[in-house]
Amino acid sequence: MLIDARDLTKTFQTADGKLPVLNGVSLQLQSGETLALTGESGSGKSTLLHLLAALDAPDSGTIRLQGDDITKGNDASRAAVRRNRIGLVFQQFNLIPSLDIAANLAFQARLAGRHDADWCAALSERLGLSELLSRYPEQLSGGQQQRVAIGRALATRPPVLLADEPTGNLDEATADSVLEIMLDLVAETGAGLLMVTHSTRLAGRLSRRLHLSQGRVA
Amino acid sequence: MRRAALAALISHWRRQPLQFFTLIAGLALATALWSAVQAINSEARRSYAAAEGMLGLGSYETLADPAGRMPLETFAELRRAGWPISPVLEGRAQFGDQRIELLGLDFISAPQANLPGNPQLREALSPTEIFLPPGIAFVAPDTLRALHDIDGLPRLIADTSLPPGRLVTDIAVADRLLEAGGEIDRLILLEGAPNGVPSALAPELQRFDRQSQGEISRLTDSFHLNLTAFGLLSFAVGLFIVHGTIGLAFEQRRSVFRTLRALGLPLRNLLALLLAEILLLALLAGGLGIALGYLIAAALLPDVAATLRGLYGASIPGSLAFDPTWAASGLGVALIGALVAAAHGLNAIRKMPLLASARPRAWAVASTRSLRRQALAGLALLVAGIAAPILADGLLAGFALMGGLLLGAALLLPLMLGAALSAGAALARGPVAQWFWADTRQQVPGLSLALMSLLLALATNVGVSTMVSSFRLTFTGWLDQRLVSQLYVTAPSEADGERLRAWLETRADAVLPIWKVDSPLYGAPGEIYGIVDHQVYRSHWPLLASSDTPWEDFYAGRGALINEQLAYREDLSPGDPVTLGPGWTLPVSAIYSDYGNPAGQAIVHLPLLQEHHHELPRLRHGILTKDPEGLARALHEEFGLPRANLIDNDSLKATSLQIFERTFTVTGALNVLTLSVAGFAILTALLTLSSMRLPQLAPPWALGLTRAQLARLETLRSLALATLTFALALPTGLMLAWSLLAVVNVEAFGWRLPMFLFPAQWLWLLALSLIAALLAAYLPVRRLARTDPSQFLKVFADER
Repeated sequence: MLIDARDLTKTFQTADGKLPVLNGVSLQLQSGETLALTGESGSGKSTLLHLLAALDAPDSGTIRLQGDDITKGNDASRAAVRRNRIGLVFQQFNLIPSLDIAANLAFQARLAGRHDADWCAALSERLGLSELLSRYPEQLSGGQQQRVAIGRALATRPPVLLADEPTGNLDEATADSVLEIMLDLVAETGAGLLMVTHSTRLAGRLSRRLHLSQGRVA
Repeated sequence: MRRAALAALISHWRRQPLQFFTLIAGLALATALWSAVQAINSEARRSYAAAEGMLGLGSYETLADPAGRMPLETFAELRRAGWPISPVLEGRAQFGDQRIELLGLDFISAPQANLPGNPQLREALSPTEIFLPPGIAFVAPDTLRALHDIDGLPRLIADTSLPPGRLVTDIAVADRLLEAGGEIDRLILLEGAPNGVPSALAPELQRFDRQSQGEISRLTDSFHLNLTAFGLLSFAVGLFIVHGTIGLAFEQRRSVFRTLRALGLPLRNLLALLLAEILLLALLAGGLGIALGYLIAAALLPDVAATLRGLYGASIPGSLAFDPTWAASGLGVALIGALVAAAHGLNAIRKMPLLASARPRAWAVASTRSLRRQALAGLALLVAGIAAPILADGLLAGFALMGGLLLGAALLLPLMLGAALSAGAALARGPVAQWFWADTRQQVPGLSLALMSLLLALATNVGVSTMVSSFRLTFTGWLDQRLVSQLYVTAPSEADGERLRAWLETRADAVLPIWKVDSPLYGAPGEIYGIVDHQVYRSHWPLLASSDTPWEDFYAGRGALINEQLAYREDLSPGDPVTLGPGWTLPVSAIYSDYGNPAGQAIVHLPLLQEHHHELPRLRHGILTKDPEGLARALHEEFGLPRANLIDNDSLKATSLQIFERTFTVTGALNVLTLSVAGFAILTALLTLSSMRLPQLAPPWALGLTRAQLARLETLRSLALATLTFALALPTGLMLAWSLLAVVNVEAFGWRLPMFLFPAQWLWLLALSLIAALLAAYLPVRRLARTDPSQFLKVFADER
């Protein structure tokens, strides 16, 4: 089992009082599996992804990544999980604007101390970025930037790729092409993919779908 | 991991070279001004140490007669009674065109370590060479060159450790050169001296520790404190720039920080890397600042040397030596300054939740609550500053007042600007005007640090220039009053003086003797003048306070005039008794202003002075005449007097004013530098803000304002903010001037000056600040005017 999350709860404090966002969510993801996480706005999709990505900790419940409980531990150990075992793709791309594309692609791998120049070159080839390596993020289109973000996430060969609305900022055609590449690469590396999306069309292209509603699996 | 993350952080600067330049330049400028002041202070202090400490006399306690010099016999008597002491004789003498400070030591009883020249050299000299005329004397090489062709001097030996303008010799030689008549100034107490005073043998002697003597370093402390305050002020202005730039750099990189953390960089590592980055930048800027500071100090030092010579008679060389101490202090201050400036940003990052919005907030948007908190802190500082001179005495209380005023006003500025801009918005007619005022108000938080530094610089400028101009006006008027004679003549000898007076009797309207003795007053260096009865004194002498009949009492021998410094120091008022020597006390009949003189001074009716000082030198005279030029020519022809001995009123006034102007050259230069740093602060703030202005300018552009109109409004905004800042800086500066004139000057120099207002200077300063604002706005406005419409459109495209 790649990811085994059980009975996750999460509540946020708002100006109007406590707001429960996740109410006992459980999910499992196998290696090589692709899972779409769907649901209306405020259903808790992004919060669940943040918990799985060790960006946040649940109020209760456990998350096991390759058998290790990642809800325990401090900031440094959670950072190590993100750095070494998770590939993250954001809706807003979150590239480092002051680094060129080549440096952005290799960035997480360098951070994790596992930079593989050949693999990065292959990735940039597959992602159609070879001609753009010396450019900066602001000089790229949204689709190109998202491809860089996918490359960056896969450069460490993580066992799992977590993507939060990766095509949310892209037009339909670009979104299709980005998803295509992402699915191809995930299949090639054998990683598991969990993707948060609003689009039922895109969700249909993944092997499994999990629908969240009001903080529960529907 | 760290290398990759550090490279990512530092890459920001590569992509933002202008921001990098402003950060480095801001910190370097701040460090430069601080280091320059430290370098000047350190150079001057080293000279004092050479003057006082090299001979080590400052480290000894002394015995002295508060009423004046003592006979050499007192030394012999005490020495016979077993007191381990050594005599010292000091004074000034004119040799040719050189005014030299003489120090006479007893080469037998003085500790050998405290004597000039190296021991081998002194051993090589025979006793006859040292003690018998002409004797030997040690001087700095420069002084040796200046004195080499003067007759009547002892054999001069160069000693590089001596300051220029000082001559050290055996006490017997000094006695001859100073015509001290076998009297000495003080006795230094050597190791093993008993406690207390030799009351049985010499009841008139009092014991003085180092602090109670009027040595140069004490006199000049206030000057250096002044410079240090300026250095600190400039540094504070620089810090505002650094704080703003670092804050902006942190704000712009919020998304990068979040990404770094999301990709697995622990918070602790991120903070450590940011700290390392700041230290690296501070080291770079600090190094540049020290180099720049050295250049500034080297440029200013000749004027500082002239100032110290003019004000205190202290000699320091006009060239600068590199001293690692001030360089290290400059670097330390740069590091600490950068850390202080970054502390807020680092703390914000420490507290920033990983999942917080990564979009940069409108830069440094301060909440109303924090603005109020800041204003409250400003008010508290104002109150504390005003309370300082009421609750405590001394120069530090004066500086606390100034610090409280400046920082208090600076902290109050954003709130007051907000209020003024709200008032503007309320009065505005039409949508563009309303948008203009509201948008300007929105810019205040982002510009507040730069505007605060502008306020500090402007207020300092108003304060210091009001002080200097008030001083100049008072000084010029005072010179007109004080320099009553048209011609000043110094006779080469007593005999010549006698002949001169007789010769002048029929040729001048009046001959006014200017005869004086150097005589300690209340244990500090002082001088007593004797003047004759003449109407010119009654009508011209600048009296500040007097008894009912000052001149009648004075000429009847029932009163003395004393200068403001002596009155302030000894807390004397008209009617109080003033001691002028052993058993010689007179009531104070009036107090007169005596600007520029650090020493206490008294004036008595001439016959009275002659009665108490029979050996009074009678060489200087003031001459009242309608034809000073003709008389000077005649004196030159008749007596062969050199031009240096014949000074007309106009040249004396010109020389005095020249000394005065030079005294304030350094202040003026620092003033300009501080203003430039503040101008730079506005430029950097506007430049950096301009990169974040698009989202605010895009809506009015979309609604129909052209880019040219927007550019004009941006220029107007910059001018409006500079004008409003000036409006607050003006009263702050005037309060600062008052504190300088009425508190700091009194504490530092012992005289109080009246305050005058100079509206023309304010207008000039307003014009300067508007020009600075225009220049600062030029680049961002030009950039805005040339912004491609697609850039504006991008703002709307990104809004999702």
